[in-house]
Amino acid sequence: MSHSSSPAEVRALADAAPAAASRQRLADRWLPRLVLSPTIVMSLVFVYGFIAWTAWLSFTESRLMPRYDWAGLTQYLALFDNERWWTAVANLGLFGGLFILCTLVVGLLLAVLLDQKIRAEGALRAVYLYPMALSFIVTGTAWKWMLNPDMGLQKVLNDWGFANFTFDWLVDPDRAIYTVVIAGVWQSSGFVMALFLAGLRGVDDSIIKAAQVDGASLPTIYRRIVIPSLRPVFFSVLLILSHIAIKSFDLVMALTGGGPGTSSDVPAVFMYQFAFTRGQLGLGAASAMMMLMTIVAVLVPLMYLETRSAKRG
Amino acid sequence: MANKLSIGRLLVYAALALVAVYYLLPLYVMLTTSFKTLDDIRQGNLLSLPQAWNGGAWAKAWASACTGIECGGMKGFFWNSVKMTVPAVLISTMFGAVNGYVVSMWRFRGSDVLFTMLLVGCFIPFQVVLLPMAQLLGYLGIANTTTGLVLVHVIYGTAFTTLFFRNFYVTVPDELVKAGRIDGAGFWTIFFRILLPVSGPIFVVCIIWQFTQIWNDFLFGVVFAAGESQPITVALNNLVNTSTGVKEYNVDMASAIIAALPTLFVYMVAGRYFVRGLTAGAVKG
Repeated sequence: MSHSSSPAEVRALADAAPAAASRQRLADRWLPRLVLSPTIVMSLVFVYGFIAWTAWLSFTESRLMPRYDWAGLTQYLALFDNERWWTAVANLGLFGGLFILCTLVVGLLLAVLLDQKIRAEGALRAVYLYPMALSFIVTGTAWKWMLNPDMGLQKVLNDWGFANFTFDWLVDPDRAIYTVVIAGVWQSSGFVMALFLAGLRGVDDSIIKAAQVDGASLPTIYRRIVIPSLRPVFFSVLLILSHIAIKSFDLVMALTGGGPGTSSDVPAVFMYQFAFTRGQLGLGAASAMMMLMTIVAVLVPLMYLETRSAKRG
Repeated sequence: MANKLSIGRLLVYAALALVAVYYLLPLYVMLTTSFKTLDDIRQGNLLSLPQAWNGGAWAKAWASACTGIECGGMKGFFWNSVKMTVPAVLISTMFGAVNGYVVSMWRFRGSDVLFTMLLVGCFIPFQVVLLPMAQLLGYLGIANTTTGLVLVHVIYGTAFTTLFFRNFYVTVPDELVKAGRIDGAGFWTIFFRILLPVSGPIFVVCIIWQFTQIWNDFLFGVVFAAGESQPITVALNNLVNTSTGVKEYNVDMASAIIAALPTLFVYMVAGRYFVRGLTAGAVKG
């Protein structure tokens, strides 16, 4: 504002300032809502709306093309009557349980070992974590080759003199699902290690020192003090791992393709096959709804426990 | 005592080294196999080094390997993935930045509920939206196109990016924004002048996370993009699981490395941020 402005100009400015300010107040009131609204609409349509749509499909007789006339629980009854579905469910239980347990144990162990003021910690951490940057398809491809019964690890051990060593889990219908566990643990345990390590670094050093002064040995300190204090991390890790397990699709597709036969099928593969390659939309939709319900059934109690422990802690 | 301790430490190092070997083994095997000839693969074993380092498998993987009926190698699919990932990452990150800004700094009545509602999108198994999305992309005429895949990745990635930015902005002191408002700065001025300049790290974290997720995606790719427009993960899976002809493990491995290179490169260059993203996403996710 220059000093030579006329009285009229000054008055006009004085009038304009509050007007501008109130315009801005109005903008500040509505802009946030406006900016957020596209995402909200996206979520309402593409998450909630689509779940409802899938749910509706699961109550119809849709096969190759979607149909929208009510057919009650037909698809669910067909699903529960489908032997392949139960194979998939059993495999998910087996794979999920083993995968979560092994990944948790390996991850925690690595984190505790790395927490011992290790010299090459950075390099080791980088080595343990790089699989997380890979696609499950790449992981599956690599392990499929290594577990190849004729030319893979089995041959290496045979060449080393263990002539009778056989390792043909990949093509053994009873064992194929365990190869998925091996590759899955390889891919994910570094990630769990990073989470636990971050948690360990947050533990107050003085508590550990005090316990050491009291004569507690290092393993005892970890077992009694440090690991229990990682409770919230355990919840996050369980949450993430069970989520990965229930959704696991790529790894199975790349490693075993659900085979031999259907022996290593999991629900995600089942859903894909029935909905998109076998033209059974209704059955696919029903299996997708079952997956959603499984996630809800697993995650909601975990989240509830997590918030409860967070409030107490 | 000191002696016992050092034996303990030796064991710790031994265990860590052993695990490191386990982690590096697949990478070693992929690399060495990709440089062998098929004869070399048959004669040696998984762990043997190539008799002569041969780049033939790489050339074939890039330009002439067969994925299904097509024999153009990985290169077309590699560029498909680039064309899908770059826009999807940028758009979803921008959405996430402004959304996170709103739900942390401009909370209004109901905004917390809306945020929680958005978060649900991070948890659903995507199988539950595949069928309707396939229908919709069909109606829109963008089924089996890269555009369709970009749209899908933006839609389902925005929940994560919003979470990232929200978790970052709640740690920015309120005073910064309050001071801006007292000085008369509005919604966008505060965002561009005050918050964006301090948002560098979270942008890096978010972009890396999204890049890794979208590049590595298989589910959306295999369902929504067939043939010409499929991303590299889908092409790799087709290549490896093609059962016709002689199995060329060296070409498979070279292709797998090509598919993994971009994310591995990002991991090597910005590993620190990568880890931060993983843990940040996990704290709440």
